[in-house]
Amino acid sequence: MTTLSAYISLDTTSRSIGADEVAALLQASAVQHGTSVSLTRTGTRGLFWLEPMIEFDTDAGRVAFGPLDPGDVRAVSTVISPKGELNTEHPAYLGLLDEVPEFAGQLRHTYSRVGVTDPLSLAQYRAHHGYEGLQRALSMNSDDIVEEIANSGLRGRGGAAFPTGIKMRTVAAQNDTQKYIVCNADEGDSGTFADRIIMEGDPFLLIEGMTIAGVACGATQGYIYVRSEYPQAITLLNKALATAYEHQLLGENVMASGKQFDLEVRKAAGAYICGEETSLLESLEGKRGLVRFKPPLPAIEGLFGKPTLINNVVSLVSMPEIVRLGADSYHALGVERSRGTLTVQLAGNVKKGGLFEVPFGTALRDVIEQFGGGTLTGRPVKAVQIGGPLGAFVPPAHFDMPLDYEAFAARGAMIGHGGMVVFDDTADMGEMARFSMEFCAIESCGKCTPCRIGAVRGTEVIDKIRRGEEVDAHRILLRDLCNTMVDGSLCALGGMAPFPVLSVMDHFEEEL
Amino acid sequence: MTPEQIKQRTAIIVESMQFLPGGLLPILHRLQDQLGYVPEESVPVVAKALNLSRAEVHGVISFYHHFRRTPPGRRTLFVCRSEACQSVGGRALEQHAKERLGIDWHETTTDGSVTLEPIYCLGNCACAPAVMLDEQVVGRVTSGRLDALIDDLSATD
Ligand SMILES: Cc1cc2nc3c(=O)[nH]c(=O)nc-3n(C[C@H](O)[C@H](O)[C@H](O)COP(=O)(O)O)c2cc1C
Ligand code: SF4
Ligand code: FES
Repeated sequence: MTTLSAYISLDTTSRSIGADEVAALLQASAVQHGTSVSLTRTGTRGLFWLEPMIEFDTDAGRVAFGPLDPGDVRAVSTVISPKGELNTEHPAYLGLLDEVPEFAGQLRHTYSRVGVTDPLSLAQYRAHHGYEGLQRALSMNSDDIVEEIANSGLRGRGGAAFPTGIKMRTVAAQNDTQKYIVCNADEGDSGTFADRIIMEGDPFLLIEGMTIAGVACGATQGYIYVRSEYPQAITLLNKALATAYEHQLLGENVMASGKQFDLEVRKAAGAYICGEETSLLESLEGKRGLVRFKPPLPAIEGLFGKPTLINNVVSLVSMPEIVRLGADSYHALGVERSRGTLTVQLAGNVKKGGLFEVPFGTALRDVIEQFGGGTLTGRPVKAVQIGGPLGAFVPPAHFDMPLDYEAFAARGAMIGHGGMVVFDDTADMGEMARFSMEFCAIESCGKCTPCRIGAVRGTEVIDKIRRGEEVDAHRILLRDLCNTMVDGSLCALGGMAPFPVLSVMDHFEEEL
Repeated sequence: MTPEQIKQRTAIIVESMQFLPGGLLPILHRLQDQLGYVPEESVPVVAKALNLSRAEVHGVISFYHHFRRTPPGRRTLFVCRSEACQSVGGRALEQHAKERLGIDWHETTTDGSVTLEPIYCLGNCACAPAVMLDEQVVGRVTSGRLDALIDDLSATD
């Protein structure tokens, strides 16, 4: 009897549309056909319009079938022919996965293992270059690791795009016996799931990245602050942590180097503002997530008053490859001051939603049209909101921008975390503007007046405009209020929530 | 559970976790995981052990959307209200959920089976609209699929 090696994603989105059911049906049909299937649950390839998908090993590489409707028993059971062979005549047969255009068109650098390996298998992680980065870091001195990160041009992927090397250098330079590495895995922005996909699909990569950061900065304790909305990510991370401890990849003597690094997962509690770094630190200290005044910077006085490196998941997981292959390998990708790769996350009303890792400099239009394939409804694209709920609504007229932090900023937009939410022409942009203010009012930490009160008043003024009450006067008032929030807020929640509103007023004037 | 029993349960949890740096959130999570909510009776016990005022503990509980102060229904249905879900009919789905269950946000059906909660993004945005039933995320939810999900709940209750 031949054994087929099959792979099905266990990521939350794949499971949300039936991956578990498809896995069960595959096993059942194998039994019926007298074949045996060795099934590995992997992370997702990020091609969500093809999920649930099954991949099989062949001599030529992995071939895929998808999407498979979990309600269609026949469709799943005929993936394997009665002879126990792969049925290449099957309507969902996709051929070699590497040749699926949306996959071939990417540059999988940081996400190269996701969808390929069993996320919890340390052996598979190692077989695919895992822990080679940390190994090299342990043979270097701290300054050289920091320089490697700085020279790669890596900028924070959590939103603000601050150069990671500079932050690291600051923490490394502090003379303190206790320092911390904190991973911001709050991923609160709508349209983003890159952090989740890594945590569910390649958790050892995050552990390795944080350990490298710890070695570079001289920090012995790390925390991963994960949003409570991601229960599966939390479970998988905790399992991977336990394995890493068992193999002395964490703890008192990491890889027999004599260096210590401990790591703990902390569950957040459903507050968007706790993605803001100082609010996150307050939350980790067990307090209300009120934003702190800066300075002092967290790099100097962070968690429990100690020097703290706080970075986004994608920033941290970029480090092992940078150290393993050298700064130049990363710097060679990208354009201008945006180096390396961006994990674009396409979501909302889009035909082919998913995660696509591409070098900076790729045109926005290519992303939306070639990868995304237009809207799910088949209607014209009206706007794309980029960079989460604080990001502007970008009209199709601006789709010629390249993915480049500065090019976006020049058009009043931002790349942020790389999330893009597509809307078709039926979207009510006035309603979207209202939601921005409402969301800010719900999620404001309450520390400063422009945000706390302004967002509530902003929602009311938009309601008045939408009811047709003294529209011209209220439009002027709304702009004034937006400017007050932008200029007077302590953090970017109140400071940027007006951006989507203003972009609606500028680009979709008749709707608000 | 009687108030006395709640206090005892709380004391056991607190004892095992009180020396965790910044341990208040993990303690509240453990309480809610075990009891379904953070009871009023737990507050003084937690406050005393962590050397905080009751007001401080209350302040933390009320700041975070995740913590509840009353027991939920047997299952909790979270419906995503964020932008990606809105772009494919999330607003209509919210409305449908409320009408079908006959309750508003944060409320529990009279038979105690379902509590309805808003949530702001489940990271399932590429297969929106999305809901989460306890910890199980469901994607591409139509009003028909939501009805079937709710019917299943009543059937298994
Ligand atoms: C309101 C608000 C929410 C934020 N949410 C997140 C988040 O969910 N994840 C994240 O990595 N950064 C978030 N940030 C950015 C962080 O404050 C911070 O810049 C980031 O964690 C730094 O890491 P990086 O340099 O690796 O990007 C948020 C910022 C603000 C103002
Ligand atoms: S802008 Fe809003 S969220 Fe930010 S500190 Fe002020 S009140 Fe808090
Ligand atoms: S916006 Fe609903 S799951 Fe992200």
